[in-house]
Amino acid sequence: MEIFGVPLPAMLSQLLLGLVNGSFYAMLSLGLAVIFGLLNVINFAHGALFMMGAVTTWMAMNYFGVNYWVMLVATPLIVGAFGVVLEKLLLRWIYKLDHLYGLLLTLGLTLLIEGVYRSVYGVSGLSYDTPDLLSGATDLGFMILPNYRAWVVVASLVVCFATWFVIEKTRLGAYLRAGTENPKLVEAFGVNVPLMVTLTYGFGVALAGFAGVLAAPVIQVSPLMGQNLIIVVFAVVVIGGMGSIMGAILTGLGLGIVEGFTKVFYPEASSTVVFVIMVIVLLIRPAGLFGKEK
Amino acid sequence: MRNTQLNMLTALLALAGLASGVAHAEDKLKIGYISDMSSLYADVEGKGGAVAIQMAIDDFGGKVLGMPIELLTADHQNKADIAASKAREWIDTQGLTMVFGGTNSGTALATAKVAEEKKRVYINNGAGTSVLTNEQCSPYTVHYAYDTVALAKGTGSAVVEGGGKSWFFLTADYAFGQALEADTSKVVKAQGGQVLGSVRHPLNASDFSSFLLQAQSSKAQVLGLANAGGDAINSIKAAKEFGITKSMKLAGLLVFLSDIHSLGLKNTEGLLLTTSWYWDLNDDTRKFAARFFEKTKRMPTDIQAADYSATMNYLKAVQAAKTVDADKVMAAWRGMKMSDFYGSGQLRADGSYIHDMYLMQVKAPADSTKPWDYLKVVKKISGDAVFTTKAETKCALWK
Repeated sequence: MEIFGVPLPAMLSQLLLGLVNGSFYAMLSLGLAVIFGLLNVINFAHGALFMMGAVTTWMAMNYFGVNYWVMLVATPLIVGAFGVVLEKLLLRWIYKLDHLYGLLLTLGLTLLIEGVYRSVYGVSGLSYDTPDLLSGATDLGFMILPNYRAWVVVASLVVCFATWFVIEKTRLGAYLRAGTENPKLVEAFGVNVPLMVTLTYGFGVALAGFAGVLAAPVIQVSPLMGQNLIIVVFAVVVIGGMGSIMGAILTGLGLGIVEGFTKVFYPEASSTVVFVIMVIVLLIRPAGLFGKEK
Repeated sequence: MRNTQLNMLTALLALAGLASGVAHAEDKLKIGYISDMSSLYADVEGKGGAVAIQMAIDDFGGKVLGMPIELLTADHQNKADIAASKAREWIDTQGLTMVFGGTNSGTALATAKVAEEKKRVYINNGAGTSVLTNEQCSPYTVHYAYDTVALAKGTGSAVVEGGGKSWFFLTADYAFGQALEADTSKVVKAQGGQVLGSVRHPLNASDFSSFLLQAQSSKAQVLGLANAGGDAINSIKAAKEFGITKSMKLAGLLVFLSDIHSLGLKNTEGLLLTTSWYWDLNDDTRKFAARFFEKTKRMPTDIQAADYSATMNYLKAVQAAKTVDADKVMAAWRGMKMSDFYGSGQLRADGSYIHDMYLMQVKAPADSTKPWDYLKVVKKISGDAVFTTKAETKCALWK
């Protein structure tokens, strides 16, 4: 059986690969959406922090022999803590200003962080091996899927939906959402809103760190890895609707798949297809697919 | 009234700019080096290239024809328009004497045109496209290190001779990748092999799994990687992960020392590659490598070694010509016999530097006895056999 001249097994395998890439998009755009939703900051440093997660994982392995599984937990904590420091020292001064200032500040941070890593490690990057437990590949009949890629999809789906659940369905999430609507009133009820905001930024950034750990064995750990991804991820957030949690997750996965198919039908356009979709969505639904018109 | 004053002022400023430009040109020899300093090709040449050029300037004594030599550097970010406009700007406002183009064939083709129009010597080591000395050859272009034809005739024919008859290409979708694919396809077909297809990926792609599956389903014996730097690294890594290396033989058509260093021998063992130079060939190469390492903490790639050698020979040509005039310098250079730690040979009318190339193989981890000990020589290929021949050329200057 063939679809547009492409055999079905080939289609299925591209679908699966698209899902793997989509998982990264989903995790990163989710972090961006959470941060934008609560802090109103367009966190351009997200890609750099994603890279930082991957490099931290590599450093722990190479300098201290700490394995992948420990870092899967430790890296998000380290990157998250770094995010808390950033928020306390820098970001909190610009909440009242125009979005543009947040964008410029975080872009500056990106250049700084990436510059430091580039001068230490160069751009070719560092090799990180797949953990033994997940090395090898499974023959699915229509394709050979490396076990690690399957793990990426599972891990990111779990994390994404857990985040969605906490924010949309729990009391803590309710405080968070109320805090975005009317911080003064929530504070009057005795909730420490500034602390909540700090921790939210830390959490959003930790998600980027987590994605970084997951990416380390898949793509070469390099100072450029965040840069290559972050522009696409911003397009994902715009398409999904700024600040929409579920929108970010579903759009991330969906666009990963669309991109995967583009690589079969017209590979040359695979790096632009996301932006074409962004243009179309903005023309038809300026608030994004899942965003609410204000 | 006000307008006239403003116009006067602008004219004055422009004149002042011109005057200072001319003054600079007279008392300094300026070399403008434009390469990828921060993205996927930065380790291949990048800042290390500037270090090598500066080393050559210092070893030459820092002066030629009584003029101090100055090196200007810029990052073209892999954008042809930035590279070309930077070269134009430097020539117009700084009195640049020589343009030293870097990695990325797209930027190289654009900058070579500017240099030709402005009559400036244009040296390129990092860019691969054979178009520089073929369809778009110029009397001022010096393509010093290697080109896609040499890679094709080196690695391509070695792989076909080794039994790899059917090929599929994974190609970076721009000037370099397309030239490399075309040149290698010619070699493969000429030796009785066949090309089953190709897939073109955007420059600086991060995920290659999808392209690799397409390559695998072609059932070709050989996967020819017509890409470089970060793209080649991620392709090789993913090919191993997806088990492609079990069913297909990888032919890395342009693999640099920095790529192997970054991937590790475990991921690259056995890979065949063609290079113009390797640091561990003999005492002279090791001596240069040690000096370079001291400054950068990395061993030089063949491109960076070529940067040193090309700068040195250019300065010798300027000295011989007793002028910086591009036509006279090029005439003197063409008549020069070159020989140093990098190689020996002569410039040809089409701008290629004809020197020996080496077919190398990546060592197994167990055979690597010291840091950066990655390659062994399979064979030395003479320059006449590996570069474009007179029968093949489309360059009008060499007919």
